[in-house]
Amino acid sequence: MNIDHSIELICFLTLSIVVIAGSLGVILLTNIVYSAFLLGGVFMAVAGLYLLLNASFVAAAQVLVYVGAVNVLILFAIMLVNKKEELKPLKNLQIRKILSAGVCAGLLALLVRVDLITPWALPGPNAIGEEATVRIGEHLFTDYLLPFELASVLLLMAMIGAIVLARRDVLVADVGTGDSVDQSLIEKAKTPILIDKS
Amino acid sequence: MFHNSAEPVTLQAYLLLASFLFCIGVWGLINSRNAVRVLMSIELMLNAVNINLMAFSSYLDGELIRGQVFTVFVITVAAAEAAVGLAILLSLYRNRVTIDMENFNLLRW
Repeated sequence: MNIDHSIELICFLTLSIVVIAGSLGVILLTNIVYSAFLLGGVFMAVAGLYLLLNASFVAAAQVLVYVGAVNVLILFAIMLVNKKEELKPLKNLQIRKILSAGVCAGLLALLVRVDLITPWALPGPNAIGEEATVRIGEHLFTDYLLPFELASVLLLMAMIGAIVLARRDVLVADVGTGDSVDQSLIEKAKTPILIDKS
Repeated sequence: MFHNSAEPVTLQAYLLLASFLFCIGVWGLINSRNAVRVLMSIELMLNAVNINLMAFSSYLDGELIRGQVFTVFVITVAAAEAAVGLAILLSLYRNRVTIDMENFNLLRW
């Protein structure tokens, strides 16, 4: 085993440990802010795994989209709904956790068995390595053109949908009279959409 | 199996890592009572699937790398899902003033 092989192995093992430990921390820690930052670490480690697989474009996309957008969005959500609340104790909570852990262990055993037993068609064709970015571009503008365009429409829909869902209909009081500007909004508001807990 | 001389890290090692990550995500999805943590678990599961796709793309489909294209699409859809999910969460929080998953039972039988 020469030096580059052992370095690759060491990198893989380190990144795997970071991914597994970080994801365990994400689901087990009680403080949600720690979970969010650990999630960012897990995303970075996954990007490192992509670099190890010679996929620099996808690694950059992972860092930009997941760490830069999704993780920040999650942190914003935590800040917006940050209320210390005592969770009601539920009966059978421990039994539930143990049961679901059993189910997940069964799923894990199944997946591991499939991973190890299936005769994969190894070795495949030679990897193109650093030309992967060029090849992804060719794919996106030839045989995956329709999904590419649909993805742009999907992103637009998600953007508009998120704005519509998260918009807050604020009743702005008129400066001169002190009356609320939008009277019809008050009349329509049968459900308490305007509870202000701040 | 994991230490042959040709390749230091085998395909199976990546698949095992992805399996562990996916199962951790499933457990977190079932057991989290904080709604934000449920969304985080979904992101973990999506990342596990992405690792799988990337490993297959690198080891079995090295010339066409269709797995990498799929990963790019999965990342796109995950970003859209996170945005809409967090917007729904904010709207829910405004209506119910809690983020405990046990209180979101309006459509339960």
